[in-house]
Amino acid sequence: MNAQGYLRPDGRKGIRDVLIVAYLVECAHHAARRIVDLADDPQVHLVGFPGCYPNDYARRMMKALVAHPNVGGVILVSLGCESFDREGGAAHAATHGRPVETIVIQQVGGTRAAIEQGRAAVKRVQAQMAANRVRVPLALSDLVVGTICGGSDGTSGITANPAVGRAFDRLVDAGATCIFEETGEMIGCEGPMAHRAASPSVADAIVASITKAETYYRTMGFGSFAPGNAEGGLSSQEEKSAGAYVKSGSRPIVGVIKPPERPTIPGLYLMDVVPDGEPRFGFPNISDNAEIVEMIASGAHLTLFTTGRGSVVGSAIAPVIKITGNPETWQRLGEDMDINAGAIFDGSATLDSIGEQIVDMIQAVAGGAETKSEAMGHREFILTYKTFEPSGPGCFPR
Amino acid sequence: MAPAVILLHGDDNVVVCCRTVEAGEHISVEGVDIVAAQRVALGHKLARRDLSAGDKVIKYGASIGSMTADIKAGGWVHMHNMKSDYIGAHLRDAVTG
Repeated sequence: MNAQGYLRPDGRKGIRDVLIVAYLVECAHHAARRIVDLADDPQVHLVGFPGCYPNDYARRMMKALVAHPNVGGVILVSLGCESFDREGGAAHAATHGRPVETIVIQQVGGTRAAIEQGRAAVKRVQAQMAANRVRVPLALSDLVVGTICGGSDGTSGITANPAVGRAFDRLVDAGATCIFEETGEMIGCEGPMAHRAASPSVADAIVASITKAETYYRTMGFGSFAPGNAEGGLSSQEEKSAGAYVKSGSRPIVGVIKPPERPTIPGLYLMDVVPDGEPRFGFPNISDNAEIVEMIASGAHLTLFTTGRGSVVGSAIAPVIKITGNPETWQRLGEDMDINAGAIFDGSATLDSIGEQIVDMIQAVAGGAETKSEAMGHREFILTYKTFEPSGPGCFPR
Repeated sequence: MAPAVILLHGDDNVVVCCRTVEAGEHISVEGVDIVAAQRVALGHKLARRDLSAGDKVIKYGASIGSMTADIKAGGWVHMHNMKSDYIGAHLRDAVTG
């Protein structure tokens, strides 16, 4: 692999050098967005948490993100009276060697002053990032790759998802770390998944995570199943699950992690995204980007996004490679799609050839090539309230 | 031109359309001829044989739910005649009232 990454002071390597501007409550969102807009730099990204009330999950997620290997610098934008621990967040970024500045709107004198100070802070942090920059060669074994499906239809489980599974097998064999997720979209697959667990304790953790997901979604009233899934030919949660599950490929599942826990050794991990305890804050993940952000927080450098109906999203912080399994979607939304796994239908491609194409693209993107969503300016980000207990030691590889 | 349907597993009692299949179209599945009862879109499922209410719907060699109505071979299998054995789903008309 011929790619240069960014070496961070904590020893991790990134594939981008992003400055994140984070609002710490919705009331600071506008000022933060203006700071990003005025920076007019594709490597300055807006992230944030809208809630005023404290949430341990959101706090830990934000800490993981300010120290993400793709992030080189941080600006926190606070209104001033919200509960978010801005000092803790800034200290965490600094501990991990990231230049960080905090702007408190109520202290600097309002919106206009905060935006002006933010513009100046962007220049200072960018200068510090340039001074800190250390490029190093990247290997596939340095990478953490997540996968998600969105806008699934009857083609996803036949073309794009198994092709990602082939890519995941190649990545795991090369020593990379891979994460697949949405336990609510694995309901019905717990038996075969547990058989792939690397240890009995991981098998137990897999079954427990799916049981929890089924209970949680039942309380919500319906599964992780959108109207578009049905319009695309999927008829039940378990049909969608079977198609989604094949993204994981065939290698052993070495651990089960919850966001933002990080994999401890390379290999394939299931991410348990369903909150612990009684349902408290609504749906586990209200849209695809909530899941992408969780994989990023757990260390994903980039995400493989399979879609049938045609999602157009990207993400802040980490590139998204979009793979459609539907040849009609490739025709209609090709501008937004990186890879056409729908070519498998007419015999012009195979699962293995698309799997290889995906791995080739991962290497190119890790080396700096833009994905379609990056080029189009997509920088979606969403972080909401959740509750998690820490994973027990049995969830991780021994 | 893409083949009309794909049989994903030998045990399956449904096939998946690889393109839009027209009403009355004859389709050969492992040497058995079925006739599409109606126009069915890419990604949707056709019954490979006659199915009865209560039958498991088998795709990928695994159950993806149960039939709620009888259907002839070549019929469209979807949420109007099958349901999840796990958890309910919602449709757009249910959302928009």
